[in-house]
Amino acid sequence: MPQKTFRAALNEALHQEMAADPRVVIFGEDITGGVGGDGEADAWGGAFGVSKGLLAKFGPERVLDTPISESAFVGAAAGAALMGLRPVVEIMFVDFIGVCLDQVMNQAAKFRYMFGGKARTPMVLRATFGAGARSASQHSQALYPIFTHIPGLKVVVPSNPADAKGLLIQAIRDDDPVIFLEHKMLYDTVGEVPDKPYVTPFGEARVVREGDDVTIVALGRMVGRAEEAARTLAAEGIQATILDPRTTSPLDADTILEFAEETGRVVVVDEANPRCGMAADIAALVAEEAFGALKAPILKVTPPHTPVPYAPSLEDAYLPDAARIAEAARRAARYQA
Amino acid sequence: MQLSRDDLLAAYRTMRTIREFESRVHAEAQAGRVPGSTHLYAGQEAVATGVCMALREGDTIASTHRGHGHCIAMGLDVGPMMAEILGKATGTCKGKGGSMHIADLEKGMLGANGIVGGGPPLVCGAALAAKTLGTGAVSVCFSGDGAVNQGTTAESLNLSMVWTLPVIFVVEDNGWGEATSAEFAVAGDIVERARGYGMPAVRVDGLSLTEVHEAAREAVGRAREGGGPSLLHVKTERFFGHFNGDVDTYRSEAWKAEQRANRDCILRFRAMATEAGLVAAEDLDSIDREVAALLDEAVRAARAAPEPDPARVLTTDVYVSYEGRL
Repeated sequence: MPQKTFRAALNEALHQEMAADPRVVIFGEDITGGVGGDGEADAWGGAFGVSKGLLAKFGPERVLDTPISESAFVGAAAGAALMGLRPVVEIMFVDFIGVCLDQVMNQAAKFRYMFGGKARTPMVLRATFGAGARSASQHSQALYPIFTHIPGLKVVVPSNPADAKGLLIQAIRDDDPVIFLEHKMLYDTVGEVPDKPYVTPFGEARVVREGDDVTIVALGRMVGRAEEAARTLAAEGIQATILDPRTTSPLDADTILEFAEETGRVVVVDEANPRCGMAADIAALVAEEAFGALKAPILKVTPPHTPVPYAPSLEDAYLPDAARIAEAARRAARYQA
Repeated sequence: MQLSRDDLLAAYRTMRTIREFESRVHAEAQAGRVPGSTHLYAGQEAVATGVCMALREGDTIASTHRGHGHCIAMGLDVGPMMAEILGKATGTCKGKGGSMHIADLEKGMLGANGIVGGGPPLVCGAALAAKTLGTGAVSVCFSGDGAVNQGTTAESLNLSMVWTLPVIFVVEDNGWGEATSAEFAVAGDIVERARGYGMPAVRVDGLSLTEVHEAAREAVGRAREGGGPSLLHVKTERFFGHFNGDVDTYRSEAWKAEQRANRDCILRFRAMATEAGLVAAEDLDSIDREVAALLDEAVRAARAAPEPDPARVLTTDVYVSYEGRL
C-alpha cells in the first residue's frame, strides 16, 4: 500500500471530494496564498500546505482566499451550507476560534435544533491544534473539549494519515457541522494510505493494539506516544490495549466500556488541559458505567492546568510523553485494592 | 417605479398583518401565555415590507431578535408562528426555537437570531451559495443599529465587497440598542461607514414604505446584476420597549403618544395611498377586518395546540445523524 504523509492524505481527500461533488468549496486565510501579488499563485496552499494544488484544479470560484476575518468567513460557511454548498473552511490555528466562536457555537451548531429539524448545515471547519512547535500559548492549544461540549457539532481528532483521509472524506460528506482538528506535529508523519476515496465512520474507536493488563485511551498525537509507552510496558511484561476514539463527538462509549470491563484498569491520555477535558469525560463515563469491573482507580495523563509555554524545556515538560503514560499504566496495572 | 394598486394593497396587508400579529403577541404575553421573551416589531412594518417586496423566490434573508415582521414579510404563516411563540408542538420550529429563532428555509427565511450581529456573516454565505450555484438569488441582512457596532458587521461589509457578493445590508435604526440610544452608542455615520468600504449606501426614511421599497429595489437590482453589495441605513422607530416586559421608561409618555399619533408608518401609508387616490379607504378597512379574523384564528389555534412531548422530541433534531449518545 502507498505510503503518504498526514498532509498528503488530507490533500488527497480534498482533491477527491472536490472532484466528486461540485458543491464542495474551500476557503480560508492563505488557502492559496499569493493572491494579488505578481509572483507565484497558490504560493502557500494553506498555511501548512494542506490545500496546495486545489486552485489549479478547481479554480478561484471554489477555492477562495479570505481576508483575515474569521467571524465573517466561518459564518459565511454556515450560511452557505444552509443554502446548498458543502464548504470546507480552514482556521489556521484552532486558537483563533476565540474571535469567531459565535458563528460555530450559536449559529451552525444550533440551526437544526432551534429550527425544529428543518436545517442542514454540512460544513467542515478544519483547524490545526496542539503543542510541540514552540508556538506558545495562542497557537498551541488542544481545544476539542470546547467543541465536544456543544451539541450539534461533530468533532474529529485523527491520529494517523489513513484515518485523516477517511475521516476528512466522511466529514465533507456528513450533513452536520464537523470540527476537524489536525495536530500540527503530525503533518509530516507517514503511514499507509489507500489511493481511492474511502470513509472512516464517526463514533467508531480504533483498537490500536490489544492487551489484557490495562486499557489506555488516547487521542490525536497522544496515540503515538501511548504506542511508544506500550512497547516499553510489553518489555516489562505489561500488555496494554490502546483505544483511539478518533471522534470525541460522537464518542464510541461502547468500545471504551467494553475494554474497560475486560482489563478493569483504565488510563486516559489527553493533550487538552485537565479541567472539563476528554480525560475527565471518559474517566467519568467509565466510573459511572463500568464501576463494578474496575480493579484500580482510573488515571488521567494530561498537561497541567496552565497555558502552553514557549521554552522547549517547559513545553516538553508540559506535554504528556511516553514515560509518563507508561508510569501511569504501570500504576494502574499493579494497583492492589 | 410606481407601485401598482395590487402592490399597494399587498403591502398594506403585510404591514397590517405584522401590526396585528405583534399586538396579539403583546396581549398573549401580558396574559402570561408566552413562556419566553419577545421583541416586537410594531412601528417598523414599512421596512420589512418594503424590502421584501423587492425580493423574489429563491432570495434569502437573515433576521434579528426582532424578527416577527421579517418572517411575515417573507410569507411565513402566522398560525404556526403564533404557536411557536406560545411554545407549542405545532409551531414553525416545533416549539424548539421560540420567538428568537423562527425560520423557514423553504421560504428563504434563514432565521431570526438571538445574537446581535449574528446575521451578516450568514448572508455572505447564502450569497456565496447563490453566486457559486448560479441561482441569481440575492441575500438581505436585516440588522439593527446595535449590530453596526459588532465586529461581524464590519467583517461582513468587507468580505462582501472582497468577494463581490449579492448582499443587501438593511440597517434598521430604531434609535435604541436595548435601552441605550444609538445617539450615544454609534460613533460617526452608518452610511459613511459603508462608503468607507467602497460600498454604495443611502439613508432611507423607514416610515415611508415607498421610499424603503424604492431603495431596496435599486440595491437588489444592483446585487442581482453582479454589482455587489449595498447598505441601506433605514431610520425607523419601535412602538414597544426592547422586549415584552421592558417598561420603556427611557422614552417619555408624551414622546410615545406623539410618536403613535404622528410617526406611525401604517397611518402614513393609509394617508398617502388614499389621498393620492391610489386605493380606497374601504379597501384598506376590509383588509383590516380580514387580518383581524386571520389573527383571531391564529391565536385560538395556538392556545389550543398541544405542548411538545419531551419523551418524543427533546433529543431529536440535534443532528441529521449521530452514532453516539445524546
